[in-house]
Parts: sequence; structure tokens; C-alpha cells
Amino acid sequence: MEAHAARHLGPISERTRSERRLAWLLCAPAVIAMLAVTAYPIAYAIVLSLQQIDLRFPEEGGFVGLDNYASVLSSDLWWTDLFNTAFLTVTTVAIELVLGMAIALVMHRAIFGRGVVRTAVLIPYGIITVVAAFSWQFAFSPDTGFVNNLPLIADDMDWFGGRFSSFAVIIMAEVWKTTPFMALLLLAGLVTIDRQLYEAAKVDGATAVQRFFRITLPLMKPAILVALLFRTLDAFRVFDTIFIMTAGAQDTESVSILGFNQLISRLNLGLGSAVSVLIFLCVLIIAFLYVRVLGTRVEEGRPVK
Amino acid sequence: MERGGREYTLWSIGILVVLIFALIPVLWLASLSLKPTDAVADGRFIPSEISFENYESLFEGGIDDSPFIKPLINSILIALTTTVISIVLASFAAYAIARLEFPGKRVILAGALAIAMFPPISTVGPLFDMWRTLGLYDTYPGLIIPYLTFSLPLAIYALVAFFREIPWELEQAAQVDGATPFQAFRKVIVPLAAPGMFTAAILVFIFAWNDFLFAISLTSSDASRTVPAALAFFTGESSFTEPTGSIAAAAVVVTVPIIIFVLFFQRRIVAGLTAGAVKG
Repeated sequence: MEAHAARHLGPISERTRSERRLAWLLCAPAVIAMLAVTAYPIAYAIVLSLQQIDLRFPEEGGFVGLDNYASVLSSDLWWTDLFNTAFLTVTTVAIELVLGMAIALVMHRAIFGRGVVRTAVLIPYGIITVVAAFSWQFAFSPDTGFVNNLPLIADDMDWFGGRFSSFAVIIMAEVWKTTPFMALLLLAGLVTIDRQLYEAAKVDGATAVQRFFRITLPLMKPAILVALLFRTLDAFRVFDTIFIMTAGAQDTESVSILGFNQLISRLNLGLGSAVSVLIFLCVLIIAFLYVRVLGTRVEEGRPVK
Repeated sequence: MERGGREYTLWSIGILVVLIFALIPVLWLASLSLKPTDAVADGRFIPSEISFENYESLFEGGIDDSPFIKPLINSILIALTTTVISIVLASFAAYAIARLEFPGKRVILAGALAIAMFPPISTVGPLFDMWRTLGLYDTYPGLIIPYLTFSLPLAIYALVAFFREIPWELEQAAQVDGATPFQAFRKVIVPLAAPGMFTAAILVFIFAWNDFLFAISLTSSDASRTVPAALAFFTGESSFTEPTGSIAAAAVVVTVPIIIFVLFFQRRIVAGLTAGAVKG
């Protein structure tokens, strides 16, 4: 505090000083609570990842340098799971963007039924992901489900028997659960566009499609990028839906499931922590790409999910 | 737009499709939960016969033997505790950020944003190890602490957005009348801020209520296992029967109250979810 005060021209007033003291006091508990379970554990994860620690064989162990990383990065499983995670992330976020934009436009333009649509989109938001995953799993299961009784779908279609048919159901469940959030974020961006721009474009003879691509999309670019950043990072940690639906069978494992299996099921803290740190690095790279390469202005965004 | 016109029909169909798609998983679970055991596999969307046996079996045996009652209590207590603590801490921080001038404000906001992007799986291993050493494994605090960490950023962001819209002249008036900054905060601002805090509380509660990863990683028994984790461990009547009916019934019990709540407060939730999404 002294050091900071010295940078100001002249002495700072007692009032300013007490205001700062109060501010720091008010922020301290939240900051400590946020750091307690992120900064320290990630540092601890790095330490663990450099050791051989298997809780089933506690007598073995010790510092092994980057061996755990070498094991993970040279295993096919990591690369399969990374592909699965990237594939699921890209497809779900892309579908969500299109659907979310459609719903946002409906909510924005609708002369009636806006309340009904808002009600409808909040239902998936309120439902536990695990519960939704069970519902879709039961619906698509050949034993209990109704989906195979629908027209155009083979009665004996074994959705969870193949990799990409499993992905189709997983993607559907994820899209169902998270499109509402995307739609609401996009709607918030949509309402800030000046209506006069559309009127002027109409006068100039622009069609609805032209107005969407020439006015709506460019002006919404910041809002879209922020929504995409948050949804991409959120989709990248996909865990609940896969765990319930396939538990990783048929090569549908995500990197989060791999980390969980190593850490909690196999109690191999060394290898599992290496996976955790690698996932953390992936998230950093994604955030970096969005912020530096695409120019996403995150300070205008928000972390609600 | 005229009633009966082509455009009106198209809008109606669009709205209907959204509504049906949103509702299908809920209706399907309700349908499954009401089917008698021998009809669970009939594949019908609408049950031909209604039975409440799945609900009865869920609560059978009381708190000691029911696979559901204890996790339900755990879920409610853990989510409520998380919500109260998170909102208190976030309100302090959000007040300081929205109202006071101090160095470090931007760092706190940026840090909160970074934590919102943080992958929870990266903390599961260290927490598992630390909690076993500290005796927090399979306890309420063992779950409440990580929930606090990951709910604080969303609570802080929502509250800062709400607090910025409060008429702060009232606070100055109180201070002119001799109140200290803390009194001005507690007596004048808290009542004005209550609606925003309530909204943030809903978001935090839903977050804690929804978590699965920490719940299965940091618990090992009904002592602290929450409903999402307990559902994954449900077993059938015998090892040859699937627990489909009981899972569906349990899912309905934990879903219907939340849906009613969400629909009742939908305007507030939308405001909270999109607070700060656009600089205003």
C-alpha cells in the first residue's frame, strides 16, 4: 500500500486510503476462496505429474521428470481422446451457434410467443446434465427407448454399439442442454443493434438475407466470439454426458474421462496429473487463439454457464 | 401479422418445435417413471398403464435403506450452503468492484474470468489427494469448497452488473447523514441489491445442484454423495434388472421443483445469465 501511494503525486487522502482498505477487505475472502481450489491445486498437479505416484503401490515412487508426459503423449489413448474431445467440441458448438442464432432471432423478432420460447429454452438450463443424459440414453436405448419405434429409424438400431452413432446421441444431448445459453447470449447482443440500420437497408432494397449477413452478423461479431469462447471451453471439458451414456466405450472417451479414470479409478496420481496439466494447457491454447488470433474481447464477456 | 396468415402459421410451427424439443426429455422421464416394471421396455412414449411403484421404491426403507433420500438431503444442504456463502462473499467483492476505487480491481475481474474458463478436471487429482490428507474427503465441506471456487466468478460478474445499476446517490446521502461506508452498505444498499442477489443465488444454486465431476470424485458413500453421483450408482432390484424406472423417478423428483422454480423466475434468470454480456 505504501509503495502504491508513493506513485501518486502528493499524499493520498485518508478517505481514499480507507476506501482502498475497505475494498481489499471486501474482496479478500472471495479471492482466497477462488485461489484455494485453482492456483494451489494446479501447482500441486504439476508437482504430482513429475512423480511416479500410484496409490495402489505406495512404496514405489519418486521424481521421474517428464516421464509421465512422455507416457501420455506416446499413448494412442490420449490422441484418440483428444480427437474425440475436439470433434465433439467443434460439432456441438457449431450446431449450437446455428440453432442458438435461429432461436435468438425468433425471440427478437417474434410478435407473439416470445415468453413461450424463453420458457422453453430455460428448461434445459435448469435440468441436471446427468439427468438429461439418462433421459436421452433411455430414449435411444434399443431396450427401453421410443426412438427406434419412430418412422424412418431401424427398429434394431444399436445407437451405443458404434462410435459415431454414440457421438450422434452425445452431441444431441449436449446441444439440447447448452443451446439455450448460447441463444440468450446472442439475444443480448442482438438487442443492441440499432433498428434504424435495418430500416435504412430496407429502403435501399436489401433483402432479409442481405440484412442478416451485412448488418446483423458483422455487428454481432464481438458477442458471437465471446459466446463461442465460453462455449468452446465449456464443451472441451465434456464429461457428464459421456460418463452416463457410454462411460467411454466404443472409443468415445473424452480427455476429462481419461483424466478421471487415471486419477480416481486407477489412483495413478502421477499419470493422471500429467493428463490434467495437458488438459489445462489445451484450455490455455484455446483461450489464447480466441483472444489473440480472433481478437475476442473477453472483458466484455461473462463467465456464467 | 394476421391470425391465420401464412407468416403467423410459420411462427407458430417454429415456436411449437422449440417447445416440444425442450420438453421431450422431461416428458420422457415422467413417462418412464410412471410405467410399471414389466412395461418399462415397451418403448411407448405415453405409458399404457400408470403405476407409482418406482416412486414408492425410491423412498422405501427410510433414510437408512433408501438409495435416494440421503443423497437428496446431501444435494439440498450442499447446494444451499454453497449458495449462501458464495452470495455473501461475491456481494462483498462485487460491491467493492462496482463502487470503490482501488488498485487491483482489474486483476480480480480478470482472475475471476480465468477461473470461469478453468477446467475442473485439472483440480480433481490434487483435491482428491489433499482432501484425503486433510480429512475433507467424502464430507460436505469437501464439495462446498470447490463449488464456491467455481461459482464465485459467475456470482461476482452477475452482481457487479446488477450493482452498477443501483442508485448510489442514496448511499452518499446516508454517508452525509453520518453513516460509515459499511453502514451505508448494509442499511441502504443491501435492500436495493436484494433482487440482483436473489438472481445470482439462483444461478449459483443451479450450478452446485448440477455438478457431477466433483461429486463422484470427492465422495465415496452416502455420507456426502449428491443426487447426480448417486444416480450413477443406482442398481436394479436384482443384478439382472436395469434400474431404469427408479432412475427416471429420482430424476423427476429432482427436476420438477427446479423447472417450476426456473419458470417462475425466468425473467430474473435471463437477466442474470446475460448480465454484462454486453457493455452497457
